[in-house]
Amino acid sequence: MTTEPVRTTPALAAVPAYTASELLGVMSARLLKDGQTVFAGVGIPLLAAILAQKTHAPGLTILFEGGVIGPFVEAGKLPPSTNEQRCTRRANMLVSITEVLLMLQRGYVDVGFMGGAQIDRYGNLNSSFIGDADNPKIRLPGTGGGNDIASLADMIVAMKHEKRRFVEKVDFITSPGFIEGGDSRAKAGLPAGGMFRVVTDLGIMGFDAQTRAMTVVALHPGVTPQAIKDNTGFDLPVPSDVPVTEVPSDVELAILRELDPARLYTA
Amino acid sequence: MTQSYLELRQKTRERDRSLRDKVMSLEEAAKLVDNGASVALGGCTASRTPMAMLWALVRAQKQGLVVSRSIMSTEGDILYASGLSQHVITSWFSQGIVWGVSKVMRAYTESKRATFEEWSHMAMGLRYRAGAMGVPFMPMRSMMGSGVVDRAPGAKTMECPFTGEQLLLVPALNPDVALIHVQRCDAYGNAQLDGLTFMDIDIAMAANKVILTTERIVSNEQMRRHPDQTKIGFFTVDAVVEVPFGSAPHECYGLYEPFYSHMDLYAQMTAKDPDKGAADYLARFYHEPKDWADYLSRIGMAELLDAQRRGSGIYDD
Repeated sequence: MTTEPVRTTPALAAVPAYTASELLGVMSARLLKDGQTVFAGVGIPLLAAILAQKTHAPGLTILFEGGVIGPFVEAGKLPPSTNEQRCTRRANMLVSITEVLLMLQRGYVDVGFMGGAQIDRYGNLNSSFIGDADNPKIRLPGTGGGNDIASLADMIVAMKHEKRRFVEKVDFITSPGFIEGGDSRAKAGLPAGGMFRVVTDLGIMGFDAQTRAMTVVALHPGVTPQAIKDNTGFDLPVPSDVPVTEVPSDVELAILRELDPARLYTA
Repeated sequence: MTQSYLELRQKTRERDRSLRDKVMSLEEAAKLVDNGASVALGGCTASRTPMAMLWALVRAQKQGLVVSRSIMSTEGDILYASGLSQHVITSWFSQGIVWGVSKVMRAYTESKRATFEEWSHMAMGLRYRAGAMGVPFMPMRSMMGSGVVDRAPGAKTMECPFTGEQLLLVPALNPDVALIHVQRCDAYGNAQLDGLTFMDIDIAMAANKVILTTERIVSNEQMRRHPDQTKIGFFTVDAVVEVPFGSAPHECYGLYEPFYSHMDLYAQMTAKDPDKGAADYLARFYHEPKDWADYLSRIGMAELLDAQRRGSGIYDD
């Protein structure tokens, strides 16, 4: 498979070197709890879910869109999507795509976990069109199961924190967050689920219980409130007593690197 | 868009659904697909794609197909670039996440030479399911509140008559033809599927005609020994074509994984100039080969053996 050259973060004194993707993987893995059922997309969500399985959440059940329930994906054999045989290794059960998506609808999934190309203040995600949908600058691959997962589960999203990705309003709502805030999500016909956390290389965001607007709940080590605001395209509140996350441990990084030796997803 | 129920039944009644030998060549099977037909593809992304049948349809110069699939990978590019189809219906369309956004898909859709009609993955599944069930729609609870629903032709919301909740209704999809690649089937079309079944069983039931390509044809006796393993019944199937490595360069569960180097080659060929790259790819791998074996030879023996070694490795655990 195509691999990009490995990019390493310049070594800072007393800070272990890790890539932004590795930081994302570790921080989002920590949000998963033992015993949960997580519907994971490919890439960082997949890696983070396996990392959680191998650390604090051995009883984590992973679901893949391809129709896979409870696999243990093998280190070094990461699947190119959630629909190839590599996803099925040591699974408890294989079902059709439609059945596994219906499990979301039935309520058997605790956490939906995916990446994002563009997100807005209310956690709406766009993976369909950059620019106007009728005349797009870029046609993106589309929803896949993203819309279904975001419509039906509590969501964790892992993505790079850049101004062009964190926008006031997404160009197109592929996967709904809290839509226009307040109770607009429920009114649109989505009474269950919604955005829980957005994990980036700068910090961890949550959503206000009333307004449903994005707010910072933690910053990663060395990230200032101003830095996270500067990389966000809308006003992102940072509480004055915001906690700082713990740096990725050697163990967490070692597991991630063993899982993805070719750096398909962690370069 | 949704077919009338009586018309659907009439079409089924007119088919020869008897237990008969349906084995034919790729070229003969291609004649069963009319220009302009709606065609559903089995498999998902780079898995059990009916590549050999699409290859035969390209060579037969079919046109104007409306093609649906759960998720489209490189075969979606091939549909556009070959002229087979200017309209695909799917939930996600690109080669695969590790190769980035498809340049051919972008070139065709952004210039409006082709349509990529987007539905959520579950909507695709329930549209086929409704078609398989002989009902005009299925209710579901996603897609509402998104931009996707506004652009999905035929999707409607309704107030549930029991609970008063708002639900989304998605219309049945009963394709004219389904193309499905399987690990093995008998001459009558009884098919066993290993591993992931994707939406294939619903697609077979929904379609008005089914063409199976298969890695190998086995005896009907083998089916009768394990009838619980038959996932697609002979009565839905109209043609059976034996094509080893019929999903190459995509995977077929338990037999071969994706041909990664070839997938890289495809991505490289289409990266800079998608139109020329796709045309070159089609010439080299679709039009010039004298037969399917020649196609595989052009992909390369080393590639094929590597994909097979990785594919059969699933049974090593």
